[in-house]
Amino acid sequence: MADPKPGWQKLLQADWIKPLIFLVLLVVFWDLAIRLFRIPPYQVPKPADVIATLWADWPMLLAQAVPTTAATVQGFILSALFGIPMAMLIVGSRTVESYVYPLLVFSQSIPKIAIAPLFVVWFGFGMVPKVLAAFLLGFFPVVVSAVQGFKSVEPDMLDLARAMEANRLQIFHMVRLPHAMPAIFSGLKVSITLAVVGAVVGEFVGSNSGLGFVLQRSIGNFELPTMFAALVVLSLIGVILFWILDLIERFAIPWHASQRQDFIVAA
Amino acid sequence: MTNNVTPLKRDNRAASSEAARSVIIEGKAVSKTYRTRDGDVPSLRPIDFEIADGEFVVVVGPSGCGKTTLLKMIAGLLPPSSGEIKIEGRVITKPHGDVGIVFQTSMLLPWRSVFKNVMMPVEVKRLPREKYEARAHALLKMVGLEGFENKYPWQLSGGMQQRASICRALVHDPKIVLMDEPFGALDAMTRERMNVELQRIQRETRKTVLLITHSIPEAVFLADRILVMTDRPGAIAAVYEVPLAKPRTLDMLADPAFVELSQTIRKHFNAQTGEL
Repeated sequence: MADPKPGWQKLLQADWIKPLIFLVLLVVFWDLAIRLFRIPPYQVPKPADVIATLWADWPMLLAQAVPTTAATVQGFILSALFGIPMAMLIVGSRTVESYVYPLLVFSQSIPKIAIAPLFVVWFGFGMVPKVLAAFLLGFFPVVVSAVQGFKSVEPDMLDLARAMEANRLQIFHMVRLPHAMPAIFSGLKVSITLAVVGAVVGEFVGSNSGLGFVLQRSIGNFELPTMFAALVVLSLIGVILFWILDLIERFAIPWHASQRQDFIVAA
Repeated sequence: MTNNVTPLKRDNRAASSEAARSVIIEGKAVSKTYRTRDGDVPSLRPIDFEIADGEFVVVVGPSGCGKTTLLKMIAGLLPPSSGEIKIEGRVITKPHGDVGIVFQTSMLLPWRSVFKNVMMPVEVKRLPREKYEARAHALLKMVGLEGFENKYPWQLSGGMQQRASICRALVHDPKIVLMDEPFGALDAMTRERMNVELQRIQRETRKTVLLITHSIPEAVFLADRILVMTDRPGAIAAVYEVPLAKPRTLDMLADPAFVELSQTIRKHFNAQTGEL
């Protein structure tokens, strides 16, 4: 309240401004590097050109961002809808765990980018292969972190609930699920950024819309400023989706928000 | 501290009155052997014990002597390998809900407010909410947590958290309260204060308490009777009645009878460590 610092100094201390300052620095270095090393524009475009393209092509980029975002969000929702119950099954049954979990881990060593063309063969051009690619990339982190969350309940905590004669269902919704929420959310956050990657991969291999398609087309035509502008929009999508998830987390587990520091150390 | 407000006070038949008290917990040849990949690990040799209704029994023993195993078997969380445990004449095979448990750490659920934590047994057992809400408030008042009902556990100090967990162990009015080193994680000064408070709580609620501790002074201060256990596999080495009148004050820590009993008990452990 009684902060004697002037307004602009307080502004410099704000959390959101620090990465912004760093970003500006990076752009300056980028520009300097191009001038110093005389990098030709067909290899790396000038920041000013990218910004100009971003300005000029904004309506087109925004329009193309819609299908990409839609595929990302749908793939992400599928990851959560399948990932969390899968984790419950794995935690709930030793049989499921011993049969499924090792295979699930093994499946992660398959490069999903390599099988994305297969989805095009199966489902044709359009939304389905993109959503599937986003789902495949986003699914695993949700399962792994939810399993870890459900399992990391202290045994004494479970004993306590059992001593109250709590049944399995009660133990699940009173102890295990709330305990796992922070871990589930950290899994969802990894998942949503990977879902963006998945959607773009889907667009690379089989689509005529979306930012992935724009990326590929602009590389083909040596329109590097357009390609960089598409990358900027793509990362904006990732950041905004991540931020929305962060907001939901604050509402869903308010008890945890204040302990976030501890959790990062523990995780 | 001892003359605190006592909202839950019932009629003042002193808890230590030696009127014929019925046996509430009875163990016959109870033993526990854990089966592991490296073979059987005996944790508790067959022991016999009886605990009377309203009695405060403290178990002291070295680490890993099966004290916690004994406690979990009484709660019905672990089946004994042999023998049987009866509570009010019924053989215990599974959790029976007539116990409240307090662990070394408070084990409060961090996503629940203090009040909701205390109410957890009521929720689990689907007991009438209104009736027990009043009881929960009275318990929190008794342990000095009035006004902290809506705080989250991490907003409380360690001693306060442990008091809240004692309320949770008492809210459903169990006959037996099992405490596994309840004050082991607290600093020495808080611990002494908690001992005085626990004594008061036990006198007011007249629960049967089985408390496990490493601290000999804590045992002598709190107990009607002390079970001294031997090193693994555990067995009961000796049983001592504490001859000090209740309620006890911290001044009694210097009482000759207190000091003498403490030393007698300590000799058990010195002898045992001598063998190592």
